[in-house]
Amino acid sequence: MSARTLVTGIGVAAPSGLGVEDFWAATRIGKNAIGPVTRFDASSYPSRLAGEIHGFEPGEHLPGRLVPQTDRVTQLALVATDCAFEDAGLAPGDLHPCDMGVVTAAGSGGFEFGENELRKLWRQGPKHVSAYQSFAWFYAVNTGQIAVRNDLRGPTGVLVGDQAGGLDALAQARRRLRKGSRLIATGGFDASVCSLGWAAHLAGGHMSTSHEPERAYLPFDEAASGYVPGEGGALIILEDEESAAARGARNVYAEFAGYGATLDPRPGSGREPGLRRAVETALADAGCHPAEVDVVFADGAGVPRLDREEAEAITAVFGPLGVPVTAPKTTTGRIGAGAAPVDVVSAVLAMREGLIPPTTNVEPSPAYDIDLVAVRPRTASVRTALVLARGRGGFNSAVVLRALD
Amino acid sequence: MVARRVVITGIGVLAPGGIGVREFWELLSSGRTATREITHFDASPFRSRVAAEADFLPELHGLTGQEIRRMDRAAQFGVVAAREAVADSGLDLAGLDPYRTGVSIGTGVGAVSSLDKAYRAASDHGRLAAVDHTRAPGDLYDHFVPGSFATEVAWAVGAEGPATVVSTGCTSGIDSVAHAVDLIREGSADVMVTGATDAPITPLTLACFDAIKATTSLNDDPQRASRPFDATRRGFVLGEGAAVFVLEELESARRRGATVYAEVAGYASRSSAFHMTGLRPDGRELAEAITVALDEAHLNPSDLDYVNAHGSGTRQNDAHETAAYKLALGPYAHRTPVSSVKSMIGHSLGSVGSIEIAASVLAMRHHVVPPTANLRTRDPQCDLDYVPLVAREHRTDAVLTVGSGFGGFQSAMVLARPDRSTA
Repeated sequence: MSARTLVTGIGVAAPSGLGVEDFWAATRIGKNAIGPVTRFDASSYPSRLAGEIHGFEPGEHLPGRLVPQTDRVTQLALVATDCAFEDAGLAPGDLHPCDMGVVTAAGSGGFEFGENELRKLWRQGPKHVSAYQSFAWFYAVNTGQIAVRNDLRGPTGVLVGDQAGGLDALAQARRRLRKGSRLIATGGFDASVCSLGWAAHLAGGHMSTSHEPERAYLPFDEAASGYVPGEGGALIILEDEESAAARGARNVYAEFAGYGATLDPRPGSGREPGLRRAVETALADAGCHPAEVDVVFADGAGVPRLDREEAEAITAVFGPLGVPVTAPKTTTGRIGAGAAPVDVVSAVLAMREGLIPPTTNVEPSPAYDIDLVAVRPRTASVRTALVLARGRGGFNSAVVLRALD
Repeated sequence: MVARRVVITGIGVLAPGGIGVREFWELLSSGRTATREITHFDASPFRSRVAAEADFLPELHGLTGQEIRRMDRAAQFGVVAAREAVADSGLDLAGLDPYRTGVSIGTGVGAVSSLDKAYRAASDHGRLAAVDHTRAPGDLYDHFVPGSFATEVAWAVGAEGPATVVSTGCTSGIDSVAHAVDLIREGSADVMVTGATDAPITPLTLACFDAIKATTSLNDDPQRASRPFDATRRGFVLGEGAAVFVLEELESARRRGATVYAEVAGYASRSSAFHMTGLRPDGRELAEAITVALDEAHLNPSDLDYVNAHGSGTRQNDAHETAAYKLALGPYAHRTPVSSVKSMIGHSLGSVGSIEIAASVLAMRHHVVPPTANLRTRDPQCDLDYVPLVAREHRTDAVLTVGSGFGGFQSAMVLARPDRSTA
């Protein structure tokens, strides 16, 4: 029960980089990866920017038979998982398949695939709907395909909580380890840069309508006017400490030390939003005093009301300007279920390098009493990081990661 | 530290042929079936035209006009079942710390019917290559990401603790309840409102199951179309509905004098890691999930009084499952009654696992095992005691319920009286 849970492998598929090396090279300097939508004709919509992963050819990474069966989100998830297992240095036979499981977060599932099948259904009729629709769209597809491809026969899980689901998945992975599994592949992915997905984002009412890639997604900035969707996600290998030691895990990035989650009260209740309680719960779970936290990876909604709520929660726990805060997702846009796992990757790399990546493009608003690491990266000893994620509908999740001595 | 024991103290069910726990149990214990020709839409162009539909009028179940407009049918099911469960539990949630009440709601396919409707509206029935967002409903995002189901249930019951949707396909309804149990055991919540909901009877769902011939072709005999474990079975029959429970810690339930229906005593999930729709015939991963769930419950196979089967009625599943029972339970596979309520209420994908937990708990409450309807012709591959046609009076103190689904998901849960003697 008390054995620690360790991050022993990371894989990332983000607009700023496919693979950890490219991703971190871009993230550490805040290189913008938001640009005009290319995956479909977005010219008729008020929002036309996205964080897309360019140059991804699934056939270069995956068996040919898998490509027509899978949505882009699954292709990205499988490739990130391959990278994470390689990073973890897991050799075949190191662990028994039944000791390894997979828990992922999903937002909209294989949504582009689903939209294409809806189009066939209503244009051509039911007989034209693909057999693969029966498993390519549903929210469990990535967990299922990752298990099949990597022969992971242990416990499984799939959580949906918009952006917050990405952290909830990691917490469920830790529970699986505490119940006796030795390794859980976990993380989250989303990719819905397609016409119906766009309509959904627009309906949400928080999408930026700016057409300037550097000005569209500006959390904690006076000019904040919404978000830009991104695609991708990250896969994190979590291992039980003893098991990792026994197999001689070569990369031990950090301890997954604490977690907390709440749901905001019903709108109009007048009660405090739940983020502060989620943070306090995560810190208590980690046995960590707020003063020990070296950086907060913020959710960074980019919507003034939500930015204010988040800044107030951070200030309530850490005091005014009490801790460096960053939101490197300004380079990628908001990746739904993939966003927070990508931030976890950034957090453990920040620990490794001793550098806090910047919140690119943002000029911090004086209205918030937070120490935002804007524009330029900051050199700092990062031993403990707090990652926050909030989802539409009021989901709040917080994770504490701690460097190992 | 003694692990906290988690019990079910409230039940709400909304199922085909029965809205509310009382009607639901009447249907199951009578062995009647709720499968029929599809009426939700014109199903004539489809290969499979039978489903178990719920006759649900949301305005009769306390939902406001605004809630009805905002929520997908599955979310509506979930909220109605959650309210029934909370009322049944007798808990005054408003009197508890809202941060200590959480929500875990399973769904297999989320708001698929609302997405289908939104697509049709915004694409002018597929005529527009790019959808016109101005014709899409204002709540489309909440259908796009079905985390909204957990939010709606939480708002309905006033929960502000950990909340999530669990979406592991056809095992979602077991896995969501198991997630809730974990949260109470570890101390993250004191009360969980948990269960699952799905409303998958839509053209898109029908079409994709047609394409792989997973659903039945027995269109001429709708009431007898779902035939789990029968030699003439031809695939599953889609269903819809929800079941939601109130879970709390045993001692606090006893202190307040609550009705304790059952302890959620054991659980495990495994992946067959084989194929997205195919199963290894030996059932080994499902068997392992069963064994681990029994271990966690400190029960032996001989302690089980009833096995509530997945029993979807596909050729592959029912044989796979039977093999798994033989592996996990040994001789007791033959000595324990096994039945599939999907023969009566169909297969509602992600929610059916929770509906089957409700059936299992009610079997314990009434000491009656619900039957497998429509089981008239023996299949040599399926040679267990499936309680054909007629419910059976049977002392029931411990039940195993299982789920198996696309993506390789295999889940097993053990429900038992908390005062049972343990192995």
